[in-house]
Amino acid sequence: MLKDLFRKQKRYITVRPGTVPEREEEKEPLWIKCPGCGEILYVRELEKGLKVCSKCRYHFRLSAPERIAATVDDNTFQELDGDLQAVDPLSFPAYRPKLSSAEQETGMRDAILTGQGTIEGWPVLIGALEPNFIMGSMGCIVGEKITRLIEKALKERLPVILFSASGGARMQEGVFSLMQMAKTSAAIARLHEAGILYVSVLTDPTTGGVLASFATLGDIILAEPGALIGFAGRRVTEQTLKEKLPPDFQTAEFCFNHGLIDLIVPRNEMRQILAQILSLHSERG
Amino acid sequence: MPNVILDFEKPLLELENRIAELKQYAGEKGIDLAAEINLLENRLRELKKEIYENLTPWQRTQLARHPERPNALDYFKLLFTDFLPLCGDRCYGDDPALVGGIARFEGVPVTVIGHMKGHNTKENLARNFGMPSPEGFRKALRLAQQAEKFGRPVISLIDTPGAYSGAGAEERGQAWAIANNLFAFSRLKTPIIVIITGEGGSGGALALGVGDVLLMLENSIFSVISPEGCAAILWKDAQRAPEAARVLKLTASELLSLGLIDGVIPEPLGGAHRDPEGTADNIRAEIRQRLQELRRIDTEQLVAARWSRLRRIGCF
Repeated sequence: MLKDLFRKQKRYITVRPGTVPEREEEKEPLWIKCPGCGEILYVRELEKGLKVCSKCRYHFRLSAPERIAATVDDNTFQELDGDLQAVDPLSFPAYRPKLSSAEQETGMRDAILTGQGTIEGWPVLIGALEPNFIMGSMGCIVGEKITRLIEKALKERLPVILFSASGGARMQEGVFSLMQMAKTSAAIARLHEAGILYVSVLTDPTTGGVLASFATLGDIILAEPGALIGFAGRRVTEQTLKEKLPPDFQTAEFCFNHGLIDLIVPRNEMRQILAQILSLHSERG
Repeated sequence: MPNVILDFEKPLLELENRIAELKQYAGEKGIDLAAEINLLENRLRELKKEIYENLTPWQRTQLARHPERPNALDYFKLLFTDFLPLCGDRCYGDDPALVGGIARFEGVPVTVIGHMKGHNTKENLARNFGMPSPEGFRKALRLAQQAEKFGRPVISLIDTPGAYSGAGAEERGQAWAIANNLFAFSRLKTPIIVIITGEGGSGGALALGVGDVLLMLENSIFSVISPEGCAAILWKDAQRAPEAARVLKLTASELLSLGLIDGVIPEPLGGAHRDPEGTADNIRAEIRQRLQELRRIDTEQLVAARWSRLRRIGCF
């Protein structure tokens, strides 16, 4: 009522204890701002479109389970080595609590999900790094799970696809993590000798020790548009050079222009391209 | 006498100067000070032992990075004869931060590769501080594959802060070059002996680090990240590098007890830079023995054993 506008005393809603509604922030947000174009996107719509901005095609990061779900045929994925739990071989400061909170945040035991499934009917061994688990970094468990996946591929003569999303080697496991670069690369060398297909897909971000090992050893290397792909951090490089770098430095496009990767594949075409690659390798030429 | 004196070496320097002064004084004045000098020399020996046998990981890091520590070309000269440098990656250029070639080890032809640091700023600028670019790693691989063709063992010496992180290195596929070395060295059909002589900095070190035997000099380090970088991430304070050096377990003795390396080569008291010849003698003895063992194994078994060594790392 009009006269209410002129009341001096403010009116409050009374809330009885126990009926306080949950704070909105604690639930999944309904809307999200696109880092690419600034558009406000409806989360449910975004998820339906494989987390690609409908306006500018910006590719949001996918969790490892989301990646697997977006890639393999429905109800075909069987996880492998899901029981492997992260270790702390150096008793590194603050590492155990970091692992526990990463576990809680992601529901995963370390930074990779591996398993078997089919893509458009083609059987495949597949792994996806989890960018939200200590930046998708590679420690002993990531190295071990990749190695086991490759060993299974050798035994069953199945192709391997790995999706990378990682900050690099995991500092907290010291030289143990560094050596996982050698271990995974050597495992891929054995796969290579056996004539088995390995496709590496670089997604945002793929950097450091992961890029400098299994991620760049694919028979075919694909990347998602706009993904950060580089060996040293941009800041480190800028400090080394003492000059600003071009805006596309260390992106999928930069790598493509320098002949370092085969193709940039938008997320909505990834399954189809992978299926085509699997089909082309299903028989000897 | 080294030109660069580390903080913990200062008491030694003082004592050494005292002894030199006394000797000079005794000589000039014709006085017999042998007893005093002897006393001080004994004290010096004890102090050296005390200091060098109780080095902290950070002090070892400083020794590993000492500018006067022997570099790859110094060791090539000390360990081998007939060294013939071979250059270029046949693709883009020759990387001065990584040297290699053919030489003889006690008469036997071998292929040698190594990161190359300088002893002063001028040399270091020419050598890019021992930080290889992709063409350096590709040269190392080319030489290793040449060794395989001619049945020569490979001796690889590691001493680098890490791979170079410049824009050109990224454009030419720094990560691709490192990965490809890990991949190819793991299947190379010839014996490979790897020795970390100074700094074993992360992926740039590992690119020369896949082999049949991985050894470290007593005061060398091997780490996934520099102590400064680790401190900056952990505590947002690079000044706390000495603490980071401790938690990273980067010393030769720690890595040996963790089962990550195969042996530690002792350095003469005072470190490699105070006695390059003595250090080279120790390395020579180790190479001789390891080479003898490796050459007895047939190639297929050798490559299979190389894989099982890597396969086990990180399984608990």
